[in-house]
Amino acid sequence: MESLILQPSAHTPTVSLNAATGVCEFKGRSTPENSVEYYEPIYKWLDAYSANPCPTTTVNIQFEYFNTSSSKCILDVLKKFVKLHNAGQKVQINWFYEAEDDDMKEAGEDYCDILQIPFDIQAIE
Amino acid sequence: MIDYLSIYEKMHDNNIMLTFKGEVTFDLINSMLKIIESRLDMIEGDLKTRKKVYNVLVECLQNLVHHIDSVDPDEEASPYHSKTALLMITTSADGYHVVTGNYIMNDKIEKLKSWLDEINSVSPEELRELYKKILNNEQFSEKGTAGLGFIDIARKSGQKLVYTFQYVNERYSFFSFQITIPKNYLPAQSK
Repeated sequence: MESLILQPSAHTPTVSLNAATGVCEFKGRSTPENSVEYYEPIYKWLDAYSANPCPTTTVNIQFEYFNTSSSKCILDVLKKFVKLHNAGQKVQINWFYEAEDDDMKEAGEDYCDILQIPFDIQAIE
Repeated sequence: MIDYLSIYEKMHDNNIMLTFKGEVTFDLINSMLKIIESRLDMIEGDLKTRKKVYNVLVECLQNLVHHIDSVDPDEEASPYHSKTALLMITTSADGYHVVTGNYIMNDKIEKLKSWLDEINSVSPEELRELYKKILNNEQFSEKGTAGLGFIDIARKSGQKLVYTFQYVNERYSFFSFQITIPKNYLPAQSK
């Protein structure tokens, strides 16, 4: 299975979904014009990956900003990892935020709370 | 000739960082965000405040686009229900102020007003719960909004949403919305 790499733009994040290592990264901004359309290939990739996942899946999320229309898409992305976790796979979710950015920390806590799966929420300098 | 000096002076006195009246498109929004972001980098030293202003602005602009998307093509010709809107960003000693203005059909006012009033009536903790509930439970519209925008604006700013509906005629009113992002933001809940 091929990895999915999406280059960042002024309003979309860097996305790197590695089929060989099971490391899935989202970094930067997510304020696309049409969030649902933007996240569609990511959902598709994750569904295909979930059928034959790596022994360990590591999810690294480090958003600088995301808008509310992306927030639902991000939740849907996370739900795919939770499904994998609930199917008995090893899934580690890391949520990174800039040390002073309490809003992004709260956002991670909100997702953690909704999904009922442990997140590692870490400040980065 | 229009007194441009007085317009300039008024803009100066009100510390207007950016003002726009016209058709709101995605490209235009991106340009405005870029301008504001570089201005904020210059004038605002606090990362938290910079991010809050940017975030609130993104949501305000998204609300405008959402509104404009709902314009009935048959109505486009109407001066009151056109795809144009007003956006203004100003600064003062207290904080940054984002103002938007757009025409709205009178029959849509009640729903919007009750939503804004509900957001204004709850505590920060309740607002957070409301956000999570909507995020997790409600089906989003195709455009992916569903009212989270105003909650997010209230959460990020920690302020009440200020708005007015000014009656224009039997079909339309003008909706003005203002939010302040305080400088030296202090969270409302003590930890």
